[in-house]
Amino acid sequence: MKRLLQLSNLHNPTLRLLWRRLLRAIPLLLAVVICNFILLKLAPGDAAEVLAGEAAASSLEYLTELRVRFGLDQPVYLQLWHYLVKLMTLDLGFSFRHNQSVLSLILDRLPATLLLMLSGITLAVVVGACLGVLAAQRVNRLRDNLISIFAILSFSIPVFWLGLMLIVVFSVHLGWFPSGGMQTVASGKQGFAHILDVLHHLVMPVTTLGLFYVALYTRVMRASMLEVFNQDYVTTARAKGLGERRIILRHVFRNALLPLVTLIGVQFGTLLGGSVLVETVFSWPGLGRLAFEAVFQRDLNLLLGILLMCSVLVMISNVLVDLAYAQLDPRIRIR
Amino acid sequence: MSTTIIRSFNRAVASLLLLTGTLLGCPVQAQSAADIDSGTLKFVLSPEPPFLLTAINTALQMGMVTSKVMEGLLYLDNELKPQPLLAQAWDISPDGLTYTFKLRPNVKWHDGQPFTSADVSYTILEVLKKVHPRGRTAFAKVTAVETPDPLTAVIKLSQPAPPMLTALASSYESPMVPKHLFAGTDPSANPYISKPVGTGPFVFKEWKKGDYILLEKNTNYWQAGKPTLQRIVFRIISDASARAASFETGEGHIGGLSPIPLTDMPRIAKNPALSIETRGYAYMSPYMLMEVNLRKPPLNDVRVRQAIAHAIDRARMTQVVWLGYGQPAVSPIPSQVTTFHSTDLPKYEFNPEKAKKLLDDAGLKPGPNGMRFKITHDFIPFGSEYQRTGEFIKQQLSRVGIDVELRSQDLPSFLRRAYTEYDFDTTSLYYGAFADPTQGVQRLFWSKAIQKGVVFTNNTGYNSPEMDRVLESAQGENDPVKRKALYLEMQRIAMTDLPVIPLMETRFLTISSSKLKNHTISADGIIGGNFADAYFEK
Repeated sequence: MKRLLQLSNLHNPTLRLLWRRLLRAIPLLLAVVICNFILLKLAPGDAAEVLAGEAAASSLEYLTELRVRFGLDQPVYLQLWHYLVKLMTLDLGFSFRHNQSVLSLILDRLPATLLLMLSGITLAVVVGACLGVLAAQRVNRLRDNLISIFAILSFSIPVFWLGLMLIVVFSVHLGWFPSGGMQTVASGKQGFAHILDVLHHLVMPVTTLGLFYVALYTRVMRASMLEVFNQDYVTTARAKGLGERRIILRHVFRNALLPLVTLIGVQFGTLLGGSVLVETVFSWPGLGRLAFEAVFQRDLNLLLGILLMCSVLVMISNVLVDLAYAQLDPRIRIR
Repeated sequence: MSTTIIRSFNRAVASLLLLTGTLLGCPVQAQSAADIDSGTLKFVLSPEPPFLLTAINTALQMGMVTSKVMEGLLYLDNELKPQPLLAQAWDISPDGLTYTFKLRPNVKWHDGQPFTSADVSYTILEVLKKVHPRGRTAFAKVTAVETPDPLTAVIKLSQPAPPMLTALASSYESPMVPKHLFAGTDPSANPYISKPVGTGPFVFKEWKKGDYILLEKNTNYWQAGKPTLQRIVFRIISDASARAASFETGEGHIGGLSPIPLTDMPRIAKNPALSIETRGYAYMSPYMLMEVNLRKPPLNDVRVRQAIAHAIDRARMTQVVWLGYGQPAVSPIPSQVTTFHSTDLPKYEFNPEKAKKLLDDAGLKPGPNGMRFKITHDFIPFGSEYQRTGEFIKQQLSRVGIDVELRSQDLPSFLRRAYTEYDFDTTSLYYGAFADPTQGVQRLFWSKAIQKGVVFTNNTGYNSPEMDRVLESAQGENDPVKRKALYLEMQRIAMTDLPVIPLMETRFLTISSSKLKNHTISADGIIGGNFADAYFEK
């Protein structure tokens, strides 16, 4: 009975896709873990040395003790084997530096990163798509040129510079927004006041992050709209006397969205890594900074954990993009 | 026409932003004023410490947090004289082998347990002597800690160990650890190293990693009426420019160890809302130096090292690279360590001609391109000032015909290269000399401190029986006059042999809100001070 159920499930194309992807994912993830492990091991120095360095510790016993505790005294292949065995039980290991399990460290930081990245991407998609449509409507006219200049400018401004300039103008001089952090600590704000407080802190980081992607989406949307404008069915729609607004929204916009979805899918994969620069400039307590610092601290377990989560996310987002294609364009079939 | 469009666009954006600003909450300055009114101190911290117990990891940033929560037996005042803290009085026997501490009565741990001599005994024997990074040396001669009654602790030594008192006189260096929470566990894996329990004026409340650490006022503190501050929020801000901005907006009230790039200092120094403090670093006595790898010819020739010392204009380096926040160094024991510092030593004034002559004498004539030989220089990757120090040294040495290749890398690579692989010619970095030379200076010159893989120890390969004899006699010398004489001798040998070339005594800065008073009252400043007396001026 159970077997039958499984078979019938596999006739459902969506489930079949998921099942096949899952099977393919396992060796891929294994390769990702091993590659990352070897790459990180190639970097000079280890976590014990860094910790001892920060402690200005000048005794051999201290260092040896740390190495034994961190398991760094064992041969590298054994370290890898232990890591893989643990991974089989879905245990991401322990960060000795933080004295905390890797999973709890990641989960602690995840909400902040998700909030930042989702807001950033949403802002970018909405604004970028709108600007792209507006530009495509009046191609090579003043409006198009202004939007293009804006897009090129925001694409070429370095993220950290933009962030710092926002801080200088809106925090230091005008005092409108806090220069960093995610909330006013110990302010006793509860409920709605707390949400407003977080939003207040979110404005500048999201603007900084979003502006870069806005430019990207604007360009892609504009190009893609222009391409669809030339399709025969748009001419047909015009010929049968449909209004321009209806043509743009129903016929062109929807079809022009496909490249945008591809781009979102790619960026969704980088979501977990967050944006190191934005998080650093605005002291945002996200995963990107955690990963970045883990590199300098040679916190191998933590870094491997974050990288693994990222790879899993990339795979999931690819599946989602494939599914979204089918929704947007019925001609695309899941096989 | 386009100007009008831009202007009206600007106006629209500005009013939109103003609207959002008003809608979303109060402006930043108002928040800062509210914090000061409610006694909330915002302490800017970077990098974030891995956990919170300086008895097992002596990172300075960790000390900034833990010293408000956990206290030591004594503290050193700004003149480096011991003062009572958890111990009310202490007595050292004439032979220097017995230290008796009378503890303050009615002191309670934050969880309500009384603080007694059993805690002192446990801390010294099981934590400081066994797992403290520097404690193994400082407490090596301790044989027992007797506890005749709950308020008396007697430390017994096998040999006199004068530096021990200095080690005990800092809440950063030697915090007392609660025995009832740590006994029988591995301190490094104890959960309380992430949620410290101490006797101090502030109680640990919450740590949101990557964001903030929150301490609340200890209402049962042993000094009645203190602390004045209601809470301390440590905010983790890893970007240097963002730290500068946080001081300017009032979102940060204090930060130490020169928290912002020196290039931002002229602007900060002019700001009346902020004040700058250079005291409070005597306990660490930081100083810049150049380590020279004696294993590598021609650097094994003392004349070459002397030439390098003569070729670097330290006064200019202090002005140009460090904007005057420092003092040219003449000895490996910095002038802040007043008891032992000497200037009656071989001197290496800036004199490129003398340097060239020394190199000529060593048989190193200039080649066709004017260069005599090539060396590498690794600077410690602690920020732009350290890189510029390396660039300055490169420029100065090229003038006397030494071609310097600068090497830049991240910290783990630097440490591996300089202390494990010894794959370097020269380095520049800062060391803590500490209030007693046994704590900080000895490790650079003692041949027993050549330990492959151990960071910040003798990596030059310097091995001098004469130096070893002087250092080892000074360790156990109980007579202060004789001890001082030994360290004068030590400085003379160090400046003759020059395995390390002192460059500059670093003056670290503490930046604080001008309204914050009494934050620096001990030799370990905001790193070891407990802030019981700190307050905001209304």
